[in-house]
Amino acid sequence: MVLKVYGPHFASPKRALVTLIEKGVPFETVPVDLMKGEHKQPAYLALQPFGTVPAVVDGDYKIFESRAVMRYVAEKYRSQGPDLLGITVEDRGQVEQWLDVEATTFHPPLLNLTLHIMFASVMGFPSDEKLIKESEEKLSAVLDVYEAHLAKSKYLAGDFVSLADLAHLPFTDYLVGPIGKAYMIKDRKHVSAWWDDISSRPAWKETLEKYSFPA
Amino acid sequence: MVVKLYGQVTAACPQRVLLCLLEKEIEFEIIHIDLDTLEQKRPEHLLRQPFGQVPAIEDGDFKLFESRAIARYYATKYADQGTNLLGKSLEHRAIVDQWADVEVGYFNVLVHPLVMNLVIKPRLGEECDAVLVEELKVKLGVVLDIYENQLASNRFLAGDEFTMADLTHMPAMGYLMRTNINRIVKDRVNMNRWWEEVTARPAWKKLMKMAGF
Repeated sequence: MVLKVYGPHFASPKRALVTLIEKGVPFETVPVDLMKGEHKQPAYLALQPFGTVPAVVDGDYKIFESRAVMRYVAEKYRSQGPDLLGITVEDRGQVEQWLDVEATTFHPPLLNLTLHIMFASVMGFPSDEKLIKESEEKLSAVLDVYEAHLAKSKYLAGDFVSLADLAHLPFTDYLVGPIGKAYMIKDRKHVSAWWDDISSRPAWKETLEKYSFPA
Repeated sequence: MVVKLYGQVTAACPQRVLLCLLEKEIEFEIIHIDLDTLEQKRPEHLLRQPFGQVPAIEDGDFKLFESRAIARYYATKYADQGTNLLGKSLEHRAIVDQWADVEVGYFNVLVHPLVMNLVIKPRLGEECDAVLVEELKVKLGVVLDIYENQLASNRFLAGDEFTMADLTHMPAMGYLMRTNINRIVKDRVNMNRWWEEVTARPAWKKLMKMAGF
């Protein structure tokens, strides 16, 4: 039975999708209609009790949280495709460090920008200009730290591409696209070079080609 | 070689690492970084942790920050020593990771501002945002209902053993339980049972003693 990823058209599931494609793991996707509230229905809540995407089903095994899925796939298929966890325990420590930075520090302000700029009208809440401004400032300060780090390191965890880099792809793609703040990346020389590198990887291009939200 | 932990023993994120080191029986040394005087924002500390936060560790030449990454690193490196925090199989480890990640996105995102408003702001003589506290309480109730359901059929968050998933919640939960809204946990039968069991662990008791709580 093939691994299934629920909700492929949304950003967080793409962390799982790009990892599966990088590792050459076959999978299927199951669309989840958020607009129709499918994620709040009992059938979906049985897979993901918080009612968010993604959920993953691998035979009898169920797992949610996109970064936990990334780690699972990277570990299970360690011997095929690029080693996205590094080689040594210390390498993996660096991968976990930057994966956590993405989750705790990079993602929250970017999520605010995503919701208030891209989805406020669709989701029916007023767009909070003050929050947008504060979130941009916070994200800018974070990107300054990334700029200094990427001046000395080709990828986040070292000289190898890892889960930490891939985890940034889906929402940064929103930032440089529909959110309209590409300058935040482009104006930083090393962040820009890193972004160009990771976003031109064939696995990411395939993810966008196959699973972008239908126009 | 002894692990050097830079941080304040009373702060939640350093406690996450300390609890892991205690469970794994790994020797450490705490180098106090004084949060009250913003020592974490000074150039010397920024070399260890460029986002100006605690904790950071130095272990010989190896350096790491982000408390959850540090905890995972030591749990992996010393897998055969002390408590096994990462599950018994790849599939089990992923469920441990799943609930540990839930702590970041669903639990801490609510408990951190609650503790800031109920504990930290009063201590600094700042005004607590009562409206925000009420909103956060409602949201946290919804999240804790899901935890309650999970703990109704599981002794611990990721199954029948204590793992990183439980450990990672404990420091912030400890703060929440010392506020005047702790009924939000106590009134949930399984959460209360779980909390009493995890806080009876010797490593937690040692940590609380070190922190002077």
